[in-house]
Amino acid sequence: MSVIEGILILLMLVAAVATSIFKDLISAVITCAAVSLLASLLFYLLDAPDVAMAEAAIGAGLTTAIFVLAVRKTKRYEE
Amino acid sequence: MQEMANSFYYIGAGGLILIGLYMVLAKTNLIKIILGLSFLDTGTHVLLVAIGYVRGRTAPIFSEGMSETTAVVDPVPQALVLTAIVIGVGVLSLALALSIQVYRHYGTLDVRNIRGLKW
Amino acid sequence: MRKAIAFLLVATVGAAFYVVLGHIPFGEDKIDVANHYIQNGVRETGAVNIVTSVVVTYRGFDTLGEVTILFIAAVGIGAVLFTEKKARDEEPKQKASLIVQTGTNLLFPFILLTGVYVFIHGHLTPGGGFQGGAVIASGYLLLYLTWPDWRINRRRFNAVESLSGLAFVVLGVLGITYGMGFLANFLPLGTPNTLFSAGIIPIIYIAIGLKVGSELAGIVGNLMERE
Repeated sequence: MSVIEGILILLMLVAAVATSIFKDLISAVITCAAVSLLASLLFYLLDAPDVAMAEAAIGAGLTTAIFVLAVRKTKRYEE
Repeated sequence: MQEMANSFYYIGAGGLILIGLYMVLAKTNLIKIILGLSFLDTGTHVLLVAIGYVRGRTAPIFSEGMSETTAVVDPVPQALVLTAIVIGVGVLSLALALSIQVYRHYGTLDVRNIRGLKW
Repeated sequence: MRKAIAFLLVATVGAAFYVVLGHIPFGEDKIDVANHYIQNGVRETGAVNIVTSVVVTYRGFDTLGEVTILFIAAVGIGAVLFTEKKARDEEPKQKASLIVQTGTNLLFPFILLTGVYVFIHGHLTPGGGFQGGAVIASGYLLLYLTWPDWRINRRRFNAVESLSGLAFVVLGVLGITYGMGFLANFLPLGTPNTLFSAGIIPIIYIAIGLKVGSELAGIVGNLMERE
């Protein structure tokens, strides 16, 4: 089982580094949603179903929507 | 090697915290700084729940058919992280509203220019 | 220059993490405070979900503080984004296609039903007030995305939010009038694993679920509307 956990953690770190590199802010927000989704999977593998549900609903759903709305009202590309 | 496989979760959570810290310190766009703040939050939550995990036990819900003496993992870090996730989304939404207001006022989201406009 | 200092700081913090986290073994039994909650939780509070009983009964005051923080954030967003002039777009926004409209018409009641189910059964299954409220707010976000010209009824949402918050505090004060302390469980506990058990825990979670759902929907509405 530690192989699956290792792969998920590696994917989470790669997505976090990708967020820091992207210049298009919408792409950065989508990779932030990917980090939240993988964190929710890790919470499930750590025997915490309440926390997994909260992180999936709030982190991967509402936070992404609020970020996209904020980017829409400001600039899209980082200089 | 076996010892490192034991602490994959600590490496992942610590790495997320460090990436978030780097984004808050070194990036110049306000939205990127707020994304780094979100990573700091998520990394801390994963670290807390990973500390409370005990091998070989199950989730802390005594459903039908489970006896009273089933071994469960630690429920206190999970309760604290539940509170922290909701507070995180509140702080993040207020920070984004303030950054929208900054853009309306200054016309730019670059933190170097915003500081330069002060008297 | 700035990046070099940032790298140095991050490396220092990383080294500190390595030294400190090396002393915490992963997966060993270090449960200390929670032993009392695990062994006596079902008997004292009647809820089979131990995380729920910790959040609502044993550490209920922290939940009251968290609900207050969310309220302050929602009020702050409404105050920061306030503009005097009503920004009306010249061209009407484009509605979504027919498939999305039909799908939303069919899905929205079920999303609301799922959210209400999650927070009513908070003491029996994983879930609770915050998760259910987030699901309800996602349903309203779907409505905003499908019909961009539609606006929520601001008065109704404010009324639901304020009354739910008031209900939470009133339930806490009722615990004092029964002589047991603030936010104590004064209703009969019932048999575990049934719907009508665990005293006031489902009632508190219903109040929290409605409050969080209307607040998050109001936040999304604020960000969508004020141009």
